[in-house]
This record gives sequence, C-alpha cells and structure tokens, in this order.
Amino acid sequence: MIAAFLRRREFCSGLLRIHTLWVVGVIAVIDYGIGNLRSAYKALVAVGADTKLIDDPRDLGHPDGIVIPGVGAFGAALNAFRSRGFEDKVRGLIEGGTPTLGICVGMQMLYESSSESKDSVGLGILDGKVERLSEGVRLPQMQWNRLEMTKFGSSALFEDVAEGSWVYFVHSYAAPVGANTTASCEYGGEFSAAVGVGNLFGVQFHPEKSSVVGLKILANFSKYCGSTSLTTGGSLWR
Amino acid sequence: MEIVRIIPCLDVSKGRVVKGVNFEGLRDAGDPVELAKYYDLQGADEIVFLDISASHEGRQTMVDLVSKCADEVFIPLTVGGGVNSVDGARALLRAGADKVSLNTAAISNPELISEMMTEFGSQCVVVAIDAKQDQDGNYFVYTHGGRNKTNLDAFSWAEEVVSRGAGELLVTSMDRDGTKEGFDLPLTRGIAERINVPVIASGGVGSIEDFLVGALESKATGLLAASVFHYGEFSVGEVKQALLASGVHTRVGR
Repeated sequence: MIAAFLRRREFCSGLLRIHTLWVVGVIAVIDYGIGNLRSAYKALVAVGADTKLIDDPRDLGHPDGIVIPGVGAFGAALNAFRSRGFEDKVRGLIEGGTPTLGICVGMQMLYESSSESKDSVGLGILDGKVERLSEGVRLPQMQWNRLEMTKFGSSALFEDVAEGSWVYFVHSYAAPVGANTTASCEYGGEFSAAVGVGNLFGVQFHPEKSSVVGLKILANFSKYCGSTSLTTGGSLWR
Repeated sequence: MEIVRIIPCLDVSKGRVVKGVNFEGLRDAGDPVELAKYYDLQGADEIVFLDISASHEGRQTMVDLVSKCADEVFIPLTVGGGVNSVDGARALLRAGADKVSLNTAAISNPELISEMMTEFGSQCVVVAIDAKQDQDGNYFVYTHGGRNKTNLDAFSWAEEVVSRGAGELLVTSMDRDGTKEGFDLPLTRGIAERINVPVIASGGVGSIEDFLVGALESKATGLLAASVFHYGEFSVGEVKQALLASGVHTRVGR
C-alpha cells in the first residue's frame, strides 16, 4: 500500500512529470458523450500519463495511445460514437497500429455484434459476438471478481499483476473466451475479462475503478504506448 | 460466483459527513474525500455518498465533492440525494460518479427511472428504497429522507422499479437505521428474492456479526454501513477477514 502511494507521488512530482511526458506519450480518451467517461481520464492522469479528453475527432491527431471507455447499452454507445464522427478516424488509427484500449462497452463495440442490441452493427475489428451472461446469476454482474490470466500466456497489460487479482465489473454482456482472450473471469460461466491482439487491448472490467490493481493496468498500458512510440514510431499492428 | 461487497456510506450535509440515528440527530463525522480515501485503503468495495440536505446549493456542492473524490479515489462511487432529472444525474456522472441513486424522484416521477436507463444504462441507475414496518407487519416506502410516508408496499415497489430499468436497489430499513440491531432480514431478503438485480442492504449494523448474518442470510450482495466505520468501531478490512473466515466470498486487500 505504501509502495503504491509512493509510486503515485513520484508520477505526480514535477521532474518525473517531464520525464513521463515524452516517455509515455499522449493518450487520447475518446469522449463520445455518454456516462462517466471522465473517470478513465482521471485514472490515467493519476498514473502520470499525458492524457487528453477528446470530444471531436478532428482534435484526435496522432496520439500514442487511445482509450475507448464505455458504459451503457451496446447500441446506444455505438450510436453516440458514430454520431460524433469517431468511427473512421479511430478505426484508421487502430488499423495503423496505434495502441488502443477499449473498456467495458468500449471493448464490446470492437466486436461484430451483441445480443444486447440486435439492430446495431459493431465496429467488427474483433471477430465474434458479445453475448448475455448466464441467467442463473443476478444481473448485472456488479462486483469485484478475480482475473485468471496465466493459462492464456502473457499480456503487456498484466505485467506485475498477480494471478487472481480483483477488479471491478459492471455488465450483463461479455465476449466468450476465444483465441484473443488474455484473461477470463467466472460469473455464471467463463467469459473474456480481457482480450489482446497486436496493439489492440480490451478489458471487460473497469480498471479506472479497480483501485491499485486497475491503476497498475492503466500504467502498464500507458507504458506500452510510450515504448511503442519510441521504438517504432507508431505502427506495430501485428 | 456472487461476491459480497462492503460499502461504507457517507451521509453528506453542507460538504461534511454526518450521521444520526433513525434519520435524526446528526453528528459530524469528517471530511468526505478523506474518509473515502481511508475506506479505499481499508479495501472498501464501493463508496456511497448521500446528500441528505438535498437542496439546490447542496447539489452543486455534491458535484464538486464527487469531482474531488474521483480525482483521488479509484473505486466505484454511487451518489444520491435530491437527484430529480436526467441532467442532474448527468452532472454527477460527468463529475465522476459511477451510479446515481434515486429515491423521492423515482416515486414522484417513475418515468425518470426508464429515462435514465435509456440515457446511461441500467447499471447507472440505483433506486433507494427507505422502508418502515407498520403495526400490521407491512413495509411501506417513505420519501424525503424518511419524512413522508407513501402508500407503496416496499416489495411491489421493488418489483416495479426493476421492471422500469433500475440496475440495483439500495434497501434501507428505517426501523433499524443507526440502531445497531442488525440488518432487517425479512425486508432485505423479501426484496432480493423477488428481483434479479443486485441488492444493497442498509440500516442497523452494530457489529461484525451483523455483517456475517447479512452476508449469509439477507440475500443482498452489498452490505452498507456508516457509523460503525466512521467512528472506528472496526475497519472494513476486519469485516472482510471475518467474512472470509466464515466462507463468504469477498475481496480482501486491494
């Protein structure tokens, strides 16, 4: 606990702030007008990332990382995302290799479709369909739950995050476990708690609301964004 | 599997945390942001802020308070008290609240529940039910911070708000609030058995044993308390350890 506190102090101190500005690079949090998007912004700021809240795609430029937060229904989130004109620009950046993290519905939107909003077409960057969690449990899953990671190999997001770590979930839908899964969770059945392919990451839980574990995951993502921009100049789509 | 959440509740008036007995006789219990940070350190699963003054000025104070809290506390925040419009809820969510709790406004304008669900998703919409038992054993819903009795039966009202889109219920026993006699099990269990969204039990905790009984018998997955934590009778961490020792699934540490 004390170590975590000191770490945050270091991130916030003046000298290291300058250091992180060019090591981490700029992370754009996509603000498409729904729910509590500011929480993700505040958590990234707290781990020392140079974070910008972007509510107009024309201001997006070429960030070193993108975070797509999300709450609410799949269809409503996609409508808001599209009506603000984010789809083409964000898709282009993701396909160009800009490291991107989708959170909760922001992760679900990357899939082809969801049984939550049958008339809505997802971004289709990830293959597959988001499904409703089992009816045998109270929905939404609104609680802390544990990550199983090691059986899926390693992910840059989970560097120094222990197997079985607790993170906070709020959702009734999730992607099934598949080839891209990097962590799973059990709630009325197993589902993808995190996915990753190339520079694209998605988490079903809310790292911005998962206390020190969540902040560590966001710090890992911002570190990943910084290291990719330094080593390759951006394009790392594998 | 379902995991039990321990949720400290911060009743806020004029920017300070206060706590009374049976909704009356308020005592000062500290700075809200400092307390929230302290509970996060102890491993609290969520924080609930209730604006008990619920005045117009009070609401702006709450927006500022939530914003300050969300700068420093990275666990879920639920905010309630006097919220009566989609715009009012949006201001709190934009400030950093994760869920907004409706109470009086849900009764005077039940459409607000579905409007908020459509706008923000049901996971954002908590309906708080303050209930009190009459001489015949019926539970009635009260509004305006427990001042006004309605003729709504607590159990039917719970079913109705869920059908309108509430994603969680915060069920407070007015009879038990601040009394340290333990949760009102028939009330909480009766509601939790009728609906399929998470239920938070509130009102009456006086001992760690009360939390154990709540976790094992109330069917609520959230257990809320205020004064026992504010006055340091025991910590959130001690409650968690006791739950774990009794085989209850709960997050320990942070």
